[in-house]
Amino acid sequence: MESKVAYENIELNLKATELRLGLPGTHDSQEASLFGARNNNKRQLSDTSKECGSKGSASDAQHADDHETPPPAKTQIVGWPPVRSYRKNNLQPKKSEAEASGIYVKVSMDGAPYLRKIDLRIYKGYPELLKALENIFKFTIGEYSERDGYKGSEYAPTYEDKDGDWMLVGDVPWDMFMTSCKRLRIMKGSEARGLGGGV
Amino acid sequence: MRKDRTEMSEDDDRSPPLDLRGADIAESSSKTRNCSGVTGSVAGPGPGPSSMDFQAPYPDQVLENVLENVLQFLSTRRDRNAASLVCKSWCRVEALTRSELFIGNCYSVSPRRATARFARVQAVAIKGRPRFADFNLMPPNWGAFFAPWVLAMATAYPWLEKVYLKRMSVSNDDLTLLADSFPSFKELVLVCCDGFGTGGLAVVASKCRLLRVLDLIESELSDEDVDWIACFPESGTSCLESLIFDCVERPINFEALERLVIRSPSLKKLRLNRFVSIGQLYRLMVRAPQLTHIGTGAFSAPEGVALGDLEPDYTAAFAACKSLVCLSGFREILADYLPAIHPVCANLTSLNFSYANINAEQLKSVILHCHKLQTFWVLDSICDEGLQAVAATCKDLRELRVFPIDAQEDIEGPVSEVGLEAISEGCRKLQSILYFCQHMTNAAVKTMSNNCPDLEVFRLCIMGRHRPDHLTDEPMDEGFGAIVMNCKKLTRLAVSGLLTDRAFNYIGKYGKLVRTLSVAFAGDSDMGLKYVLEGCPRLQKLEIRDSPFGDAALLSGLHHYYNMRFLWMSSCSLSPPGCQEIARALPRLVVEVISNETDKLNGDDTVDILYMYRSLEGPREDAPGFVTILQ
Repeated sequence: MESKVAYENIELNLKATELRLGLPGTHDSQEASLFGARNNNKRQLSDTSKECGSKGSASDAQHADDHETPPPAKTQIVGWPPVRSYRKNNLQPKKSEAEASGIYVKVSMDGAPYLRKIDLRIYKGYPELLKALENIFKFTIGEYSERDGYKGSEYAPTYEDKDGDWMLVGDVPWDMFMTSCKRLRIMKGSEARGLGGGV
Repeated sequence: MRKDRTEMSEDDDRSPPLDLRGADIAESSSKTRNCSGVTGSVAGPGPGPSSMDFQAPYPDQVLENVLENVLQFLSTRRDRNAASLVCKSWCRVEALTRSELFIGNCYSVSPRRATARFARVQAVAIKGRPRFADFNLMPPNWGAFFAPWVLAMATAYPWLEKVYLKRMSVSNDDLTLLADSFPSFKELVLVCCDGFGTGGLAVVASKCRLLRVLDLIESELSDEDVDWIACFPESGTSCLESLIFDCVERPINFEALERLVIRSPSLKKLRLNRFVSIGQLYRLMVRAPQLTHIGTGAFSAPEGVALGDLEPDYTAAFAACKSLVCLSGFREILADYLPAIHPVCANLTSLNFSYANINAEQLKSVILHCHKLQTFWVLDSICDEGLQAVAATCKDLRELRVFPIDAQEDIEGPVSEVGLEAISEGCRKLQSILYFCQHMTNAAVKTMSNNCPDLEVFRLCIMGRHRPDHLTDEPMDEGFGAIVMNCKKLTRLAVSGLLTDRAFNYIGKYGKLVRTLSVAFAGDSDMGLKYVLEGCPRLQKLEIRDSPFGDAALLSGLHHYYNMRFLWMSSCSLSPPGCQEIARALPRLVVEVISNETDKLNGDDTVDILYMYRSLEGPREDAPGFVTILQ
């Protein structure tokens, strides 16, 4: 009985000898293993069904069908994965609610006639935010470094935090910035340069 | 040295000596029970309560009296079941002293039979639907109605105090009958139940004046909107100890709840639903700092309330709850509020984040304080990194459940074998794990089997069906094999991924203590099921779906089905004649063939769902049209 279950000894590498029109190496390795496994399954089934005298023809036929049809990887199956619908339903509404409440902050630029307002939540991080600011106010921000702040331009993005202090944008983790930023100000000229390095 | 007769009481835990002096026996018998079919009182010489004609008690009755005094101390149902099998006398006496009745399958015995045998029951637990029905594998309204039970108990157990129901259909009328029939009623716990609504809760709240526990857990309420919280008696002190309603999907009367909490000094457990905001939670917490279990409700402010507006000191409120050991809820969490729970983390033994969409960073800030944590439920949004943080801190962890935030098959999963291995390295005392993932390796599962020898429950759900070890492309046989081999205390197992008959061979060979086994999309042939049915003597609950097991395999379990609570097989290779053969061979087995009309793909004559269970009652009379009971 054990010999029939000796799965690992049977290595049907049909893929190697198969004639195809595709480029070599394009076939998904996962598919190959599935395919290989199913071949082995079929072999085992016909062996054991002879031995057990089960309704071999019916179950054989069913598995022959399985073998012909492609692996059912993409279809949504009822009750799978086994997560109770109560649990599934309770996660969806929450997500959209979080997205609905944006964090709107005023952005002022030295010399600009009026302010703008942006939603911090739509940006994934500092690069996107800075790029957006550049687009809105038509200027370039310099290169950020921890030591020297923004070098290479006369502008520096700053923000007022919860304590009322004016901070350089980019020093703290993005999540922390999002929750502590009350407003943004793009400083220009000598004031901006004074914010580099040191304190 | 014998105690003075008048001091002898039920609390004396020495066995009373075997004594034919009637007075002693009369005293004890009048205390413990009414009668066991013996007419007339038994009196004896000397001072005593009764001094009628002397009648020497016959030996049987003496034995029963003694037994009663002894058996009343047996608490577990396993012990009681064993005692009841000794002889008829023991069976009778055990039945009279059993105060907690557990019915694992509501159709295995009728209410009439149960109440006739067990005359003095104070607490009842009944389980109904099969678990796979939770996943919509079966049409609704299959059965498991509480109605016949509450009807029978209303007359049989007027002193009933506690009812625990799981996966039962309970109507408002049932709850009304319950509230009307049991004046001493104290505890109602409904787990995964349906059929009732806030109207029924209102009746229970208003009529059950001694109510201590009202727990609604993962139950589905009907659509009605009755203000049940306002129905608790408004005046006087409430003896409420536990109020759990986090599954109630309707807004509640918060002012009434606040008043209720204020007048409930014994309240220890309070689990709010998502309609309670964090501001409202604060108001309740400051009124009830004695709480040990809190379900936080939404844990966010309703829309329109901005951050930074005058907000109460949530951290202080948590800090004031010095006895808090269990935290759950976070139904609509705004992670900014998470730091508020820091003061209680060090004392937490149970933390349920399974509705909280938080990332690894957010989790870390909390979990690094939770040294005493024993139970942890969480979403896989925390990723392997989050699990590593858990492993680093929670050395006492006993139970872990990782649920998928996105329950689909073909996506990149945030947790994998990395998280599982980390947990196994850090949490050596782990006893129970439920882990949803997209990819897994045999190596990681083997590592867990070696690192966590105390595992009793191992449920791994690789969400991609037939998915092999993603590093070696081999089936997951060896991993699960290692689990059954190395985890000697394993009683519950759920398997997944690509599995051949070899995996089942392992289970049959090594899983000698396995009581519950869940199988989905696994196995190659009848041999798989045979290995299990022939190899696992303790198997009680077997649930299988979409696996190639046929009639021959089913036959191989004939010797065992009377010892099982149930067998469920859906979308397997069973035929009606095959199931019929079982029904004929085992007359005390109820063999239900359930037709799933949604599954129209079946061209051939296979059975959609087979659900069979032992029963003293034969085919049930409340089966719906889509259920056929074979005989």
